Amino acid sequence: MEVDKLLDDLAELYPNDRLLTQKAALITYESDALTSYQRSPRAVVIAETQEEVIDTVCKCHKYEVPFVARGSGTALSGGSLPVEDGIVIALNRLNRIISIDPEQRIAVVEAGVVNSDVTQAADPFGLYYAPDPSSQLICTIGGNLAFNSGGAHCLKYGMTSNHVIGLRVVLPDGEVVELGGDSLESVEPDLVGVFSGSEGLFGIALEATLRLLPKPESYKTILAAYRSLEAAGEAVAMVVESGLLPGAVEIMDNLAIEAAEAAVQAGYPLDCEGLLIVELDGELSTVEFDFKILLEIIERSGAYEIKIAKDNFDRQRIWKGRKSAFSAVGRLSPDYIVQDGVVPRGRLSEALSEIKRLSKKYNLRVANVFHAGDGNLHPLILFNGRDEGALESAEVMASEILDLCIQYNGSITGEHGIGMEKRDHLPKMFDVNSMNTMKLLHEKIDPLMISNRGKVFLTGVS
Amino acid sequence: MRPTEISELQEIVRTHSRLSISGGKTKTALHNIGDDVKNIDLSGIEGMVEYNPNEFTFTARAGTDLGQLARMLGDHEQYLPFDPPFVEQGATIGGTVASGVSGPGRFRYGGIRDFIIGIAYVDGQGNIVHSGGKVVKNAAGFDLSKLVVGSLGRYGAIVECSFKVFPKPEVLKTLRVGFPTLDEALDSLISITRMPMDLYALDIIPHSDKYFLLMRMGGVEEILLDRIYRLQRVTGDGEVIEGEADAKTWREIANFKWLQAGEILVKIPVTPKRVFELDRVLSGASAKCNYSVGCNVAWVAWRKPIDELDLKLNKLGLSGLVLLGEVDKIHIGLKKGNQFSKKVKEALDPENRWVEV
Repeated sequence: MEVDKLLDDLAELYPNDRLLTQKAALITYESDALTSYQRSPRAVVIAETQEEVIDTVCKCHKYEVPFVARGSGTALSGGSLPVEDGIVIALNRLNRIISIDPEQRIAVVEAGVVNSDVTQAADPFGLYYAPDPSSQLICTIGGNLAFNSGGAHCLKYGMTSNHVIGLRVVLPDGEVVELGGDSLESVEPDLVGVFSGSEGLFGIALEATLRLLPKPESYKTILAAYRSLEAAGEAVAMVVESGLLPGAVEIMDNLAIEAAEAAVQAGYPLDCEGLLIVELDGELSTVEFDFKILLEIIERSGAYEIKIAKDNFDRQRIWKGRKSAFSAVGRLSPDYIVQDGVVPRGRLSEALSEIKRLSKKYNLRVANVFHAGDGNLHPLILFNGRDEGALESAEVMASEILDLCIQYNGSITGEHGIGMEKRDHLPKMFDVNSMNTMKLLHEKIDPLMISNRGKVFLTGVS
Repeated sequence: MRPTEISELQEIVRTHSRLSISGGKTKTALHNIGDDVKNIDLSGIEGMVEYNPNEFTFTARAGTDLGQLARMLGDHEQYLPFDPPFVEQGATIGGTVASGVSGPGRFRYGGIRDFIIGIAYVDGQGNIVHSGGKVVKNAAGFDLSKLVVGSLGRYGAIVECSFKVFPKPEVLKTLRVGFPTLDEALDSLISITRMPMDLYALDIIPHSDKYFLLMRMGGVEEILLDRIYRLQRVTGDGEVIEGEADAKTWREIANFKWLQAGEILVKIPVTPKRVFELDRVLSGASAKCNYSVGCNVAWVAWRKPIDELDLKLNKLGLSGLVLLGEVDKIHIGLKKGNQFSKKVKEALDPENRWVEV
């Protein structure tokens, strides 16, 4: 590894203000949204063109220096944590929307384009980009792709990988390849599918061809308050079993409601233990028809208060509360861990009871915010990092929640990825043969292990 | 060889050096392999492993007959929304994954790649490898369950696959409108795809001097009437197909009943913008064709030597895959292989046991 030689080369490629090497300038890049992991890179380059990214990767390969691609740094699993003696390639300025083609309903965008900017650009054509992670106002498409991000509307619309049909990628050795294309169909293995969610281990996506959908004509958003979190969980099972296909089915518990209300005044009932948000979207006539069925189910499910969004402003307010919940919990506690696991939907209530038990066992408060329609739990474990052993207890509890997800035949991550945080859980979810296959694939594509080194797998160079 | 247990399959893999896989053998062109290759018929590894209707997910063995699967799901008013093709011919779920084919229903919610949530396959060493899982949302590990879609068995023998399913619509209807030119049919198609309207399928079918636009929709009766009225304002009146006639229309499309003996069936991914130039070439060669999934795929019935179509597709910069017929090559037109796909193959099948058809 010849970092100094690399830095000399990079100095020729980038002007001073886009090659950061001073300690103070590197602080911003020391961690992503999983702030308990911090590491300073040797340098950060701020790329503005795809050619700069390709040249940088080629040089990293030449000098065998690890690199970490980074968008807005909103990853919650430590997936964009820098590597010591490695560099960070910041992609925020690689943010051109290359084209919007309303006739084919596709957008071609660079990796650093912010998620919600795609929808904004598609809006004049009556189209939008469906995946909507809570951080959509700031997170980038490249990051969404790397972690196969989800959001509130996966139940009906799927995850990021369901909306990406083509990619231009620079592999870890600097070679540039095109995967997929601009048609929804293909006659080759789904290489776009396997690149999605590979957490930066297969190289860097430079640009992506995204599917756009017509904006729903109508929405009906309903809030239902329950006396217990389990009752809200049972209502979800009833909604799912009914055969309705809502755009989103979300649950928040009392602590999360309290935080969200304090932050954005979403109009949530403050006294409830479990708040269910269900949103129907689509054609006006279908939404109106389904809404009658939904309302009947919610009334039957034991909700003690039901609110229906009156207009778009009301709806936006409800979603603002939900989407700001993670950050709002910061008001309740100096530190917290956001966990991300999946259980079969029929076992939601059971899982919530178990989380409650763990909360008592470890004497740590838990705020629950989750994509209930997908069985995707997001318990936020609150702790004070200044208390001795608090972080460790929170981590052990988080780990037990993941074990629970595995035990229920679910998954250790629904949308945040493995990153640094869940490396030791991946082998619990997959057997030795399956782990070895993934590692072999990784090693073949990146023999030097320079692309996002140390993530996903515990073994290997770190 | 037709193993009925996965352990039996593993043993076969460990004791043979060149292998290929078949399921229901419905895509005849994919089974033209060399004499040095041992074919494993996976139709014996079949049956539902787990189906929980309340979860809207199932796991089935690869050799499970699609018709049987559809009936089991149908008993709970559920279905695979991408309309897997070749059901009537006896296609299996594993073969459908490996060949990566989706039917006209792919238009609404996505294709087979969008509904598969997990797989187990036997690799070239005879080991069982799992990827994905059994829940509808999952971002753990590399998604090999998507990778095997369209892989034609080049990485291993799929033994189990898990899918998410959707509730079946109560009623299905189709509006069929004929246009004198493809241009006019395409104009209507493009207008419709930008409307906030849930169409299950959207195909253009050229037939006796006309281009028919077929719009399939699902839901409850009163909603469909409103939807048809809204569509008719864009496309003109046309004909409304309902009930068994609707089911038959789409069954015939998904099972390629319009194909005649001796014709070669080719799948060509395309886009609405490129359909026109493709159609000009195909019409010039008197080939029949269906433009399916909102003109994202062309299904072509070819009668002439396949080299001619290969040449034409190359000129257009399009790729094709031959699914039915006796041909000496199945990948025609533009070849898309690159370093990434090469490395994936080398990593997953280092001994090159599984033939690339």
